[in-house]
Amino acid sequence: MFRKVLVANRGAIARRVIRACHELRLESVAVYSDADAGAPYLAEASEALNLPGERAADTYLNVEALLAAADAAGADALHPGYGFLAESGSFARAVAAAGLCFIGPDARWLETMGDKVAARALAGEHGFPVFAGSDRLSGAEAAQAAAEVVGFPLMLKPAAGGGGIGMRVVEGPEALAGAVNQAGALAMAAFGDDGLFLERWIEAGRHIEFQLLGDGRGNALHLHERECSVQRRHQKVIEESPAPGIERSELEGLADRASAFAAALGYDNVGTLETLRAGADDYGFLEMNTRIQVEHGVTELVTGVDLVAAQLKLAAGGALPAPTPLKGHALEVRVYAEQPRSQLPSTGRLSVFRPPALHGVRIETGYQAGQWVTPHYDPLLAKVLGHGITREQAIGRVLVALKAFVIEGVETNIPLLSAVLGDADFLAGHVDTGYLARFLANWQD
Amino acid sequence: MQHEVESEVQGSVWKVEVEPGASVAAGDVLLILESMKMEIPVEAPVAGRVLELRVKAEDAVEEDQVLAVIEAS
Repeated sequence: MFRKVLVANRGAIARRVIRACHELRLESVAVYSDADAGAPYLAEASEALNLPGERAADTYLNVEALLAAADAAGADALHPGYGFLAESGSFARAVAAAGLCFIGPDARWLETMGDKVAARALAGEHGFPVFAGSDRLSGAEAAQAAAEVVGFPLMLKPAAGGGGIGMRVVEGPEALAGAVNQAGALAMAAFGDDGLFLERWIEAGRHIEFQLLGDGRGNALHLHERECSVQRRHQKVIEESPAPGIERSELEGLADRASAFAAALGYDNVGTLETLRAGADDYGFLEMNTRIQVEHGVTELVTGVDLVAAQLKLAAGGALPAPTPLKGHALEVRVYAEQPRSQLPSTGRLSVFRPPALHGVRIETGYQAGQWVTPHYDPLLAKVLGHGITREQAIGRVLVALKAFVIEGVETNIPLLSAVLGDADFLAGHVDTGYLARFLANWQD
Repeated sequence: MQHEVESEVQGSVWKVEVEPGASVAAGDVLLILESMKMEIPVEAPVAGRVLELRVKAEDAVEEDQVLAVIEAS
């Protein structure tokens, strides 16, 4: 086993990994940009090293600086967290070439699953359901031909995609050429690759994802599903497990197929297979995320499995945890630094930041009072998780935590989250990926 | 009548989509800002001509900073 882990990330996930390191008696090395000098994860790590600069490109995305820090600290492993370089195959290879253990799946899975078209094809070959879609294409002409096969309305996605960037719905043939040009340009700017593909558009689908673990020797395990349909701009806002209102037999059947897929690949470490559910027992593969997810805590609460510790153990060649039944219900809301209605980013100094300590509530944050929320990184301020015997109880626990959470200095989406948690449709479990946009259109705060 | 187009967020300029002197319709995207990993399009509030562009790609911008000036047609 390695003994000293460089945590190549910031904020809540850096803190989470540092905690897991302490629990396994591993040393941890935090890195921080100039903008993160006051962050709480620095004090919690065994040691902390500065990455000069503020921009992500100069710091948490700077491979050379990260490897130099690992070398200076004498680290023998590296945890990438999520975001930044977590799904970069070339980074994972550079980490291994520097003699460090990369805590995540093998670089080939990062590369294969990073190509959304290849990942879709692979899932289909292994018997996992996929919706009608096209091959990788570029240019309006190729898109026209593919659209005739897939049909309208359809979803246009970047082949190298991620984070919802460049994704758009195309209603009819007249809008296709313009959308392809725009999406291609966006994809080129964001990923350096203008390849796109088309997929059948599911109007009121539900985002259901399955937590997977593999040992790289052909064994894999699932830890059930998370329902993540409450989204804005294709980014998740609320996640829960189990998914309300769907037969357990249907969900467990899909989860078994997902873990069979991971086992057949010889997949290692953790991953999440994301699907869209068009209707009863009608699912399509969306993508496979080859990292720990932001919402991993939801699964930890309902299974008791520590997913970050599992990552560390699996990376060191350890065995999979035992299969675990679901216990109760867990729900997570993401508190973002943004104006609740327009959802535009809100920056500033956190003059007051007081997460509450309440029964059945877990709060993960990378911030403390006095820190600046800058435009350099994502807007996530905190994840508020509630766990209870029933869904109702979990929701109630999150609601009271939102009420008690005091944040001053930036605007947050807490008013919106609280309103959603009191909405009759949400409480009835009537959610789909269009839910939040509809809710916002009618919201009187 | 001149309209100052202000930034609603702190961030940086990702892309400038128009040149000084260009004619624009209301709602045309003048430039795209980047803040917290989000792309934020800044649109022309009125139809007219781009009189001034006060920022260029990669500039840092503050909330309420004037980004461009449009002369309404």
